[in-house]
Amino acid sequence: MFLISCPFCGPREESEFSYGHEGHIARPADPDSLSDAEWADYLFMRKNPKGWHYERWNHARGCRRWFNVARHTVTHEIRAVYKMGDPPPAIEP
Amino acid sequence: MKARYSIFSLARNALNYHQDWRQAWRSPEPKSEYDVVIVGGGGHGLATAYYLAKEHGITNVAVVEKGWLGGGNTGRNTTIVRSNYLWDESAAIYEHSLKLWEGLSQELNFNVMFSQRGIMNLAHNQHELRELHRRINAIRLNGIDSEILNVEQIKAFCPILNCSPTARHPVLGASLQRRGGTARHDAVAWGYARGADSRGVDIIQNCEVTGFRISNGRVQGIETTKGYIGAKKVACVTAGHSGVMAGLAGFRLPIESHPLQALVSEPVKPVLDTVVMSPAVHVYVSQSDKGELVLGAGIDAYNSYAQTGSPLVVEHQLNALVELFPIFSRLRVLRQWAGIVDTCPDASPIIGKMPVEGLYFNCGWGTGGFKATPGSGWVMAYTVAQDRPHPLNAPFGLERFTSGYLIDEHGAAGVAH
Repeated sequence: MFLISCPFCGPREESEFSYGHEGHIARPADPDSLSDAEWADYLFMRKNPKGWHYERWNHARGCRRWFNVARHTVTHEIRAVYKMGDPPPAIEP
Repeated sequence: MKARYSIFSLARNALNYHQDWRQAWRSPEPKSEYDVVIVGGGGHGLATAYYLAKEHGITNVAVVEKGWLGGGNTGRNTTIVRSNYLWDESAAIYEHSLKLWEGLSQELNFNVMFSQRGIMNLAHNQHELRELHRRINAIRLNGIDSEILNVEQIKAFCPILNCSPTARHPVLGASLQRRGGTARHDAVAWGYARGADSRGVDIIQNCEVTGFRISNGRVQGIETTKGYIGAKKVACVTAGHSGVMAGLAGFRLPIESHPLQALVSEPVKPVLDTVVMSPAVHVYVSQSDKGELVLGAGIDAYNSYAQTGSPLVVEHQLNALVELFPIFSRLRVLRQWAGIVDTCPDASPIIGKMPVEGLYFNCGWGTGGFKATPGSGWVMAYTVAQDRPHPLNAPFGLERFTSGYLIDEHGAAGVAH
């Protein structure tokens, strides 16, 4: 169990949030021109790092807004919370 | 060849106060090169080594394990074995595995305590009941034993289950696979390790892989904490860490790693002689031979490599347990833990060749890999030895994510993780 600081509501328990998986995966700009391999890469392939993970969360049992989080997948430490559309912040290892 | 375990060896050693048992496998230093190196000393990896040696005569093999044998998901699962899967491709591979389970203790000369105590999946609403009927019919068409129980039959089969019509989630029916059951999970790793070792396989523990040496698109060997080990072929069987291994080899997989929690209660006298699963309220429970209830939960939603998890998942699971079994409400929990499971978008495994020549992965088993251990090792050994998949695992290649031929076992597999 960990606390997540919603950028709109402040720190709340994890149970209030829904997980949105890896962030910063851009929709293909020109879907018609994509090959099957490029579709597979966009739809299915994931970084799944052991370390810092840039991911999306939704405050589903709160303000219901989406935002990004940089969270460590071993310690579960959250180092950054930032809004959708913002670039991923650099994190010192 | 090692001395066989038998009632006579037990009696003979009893006379010496059991001081003279030999080690079940050696712990050699790694050689400079092997025909095949298997990364990961869990059940699947050790089974792969065993069948490589036994079925394909390839014995110049090493299994490298960063911790100890069976210390990962092999020792962390809830030991359930079954083959009641919906789709033909899954039914074929899981049933192949179940048939291997049925002879495994004899095959390995090691008691894996496989107990075909039956596995019951509950339906709590009309939709689930219809879905259950559909699934059972499909399973039976594949020649796999499965039957539907009505509420009276459920009461007779498992008297302690709360079948009251006024329950929050009333039990309306169940499927039962009588050939399903449980096995002693770490005995499976030990049995395969002993069998592989006696055929010449080197088992190297406390040896972590830190990189792959790849040239001209072909794997040459692995970098480890015990130095470089050359290999003509490398088979990666690392479950939750498969994404990390793929990263070291320079490609990505359609896999996310999540914690899957389990726990055991204090031991009590025999009270539950089958396995009960409820996909809707989400708990699965059996009783170990020690008397502990073995309870499994759902995965934590977030990506994680921490072998723990959030208490809210455990709370949810225990709510479901005492709803189904009010008799368990006063039991205390002794231990809780998590294993890191490698979940695939279609809840089916990936077994086969990878973008690097000579590199094979067996991963993506997600929340249900233990039951597949013998069959998974068997097809993986074939794939590595022949450099092509066996018909049983051909549908489970990485290329299905490009072709779109997914084998969607979400929900269909019994527990909707």
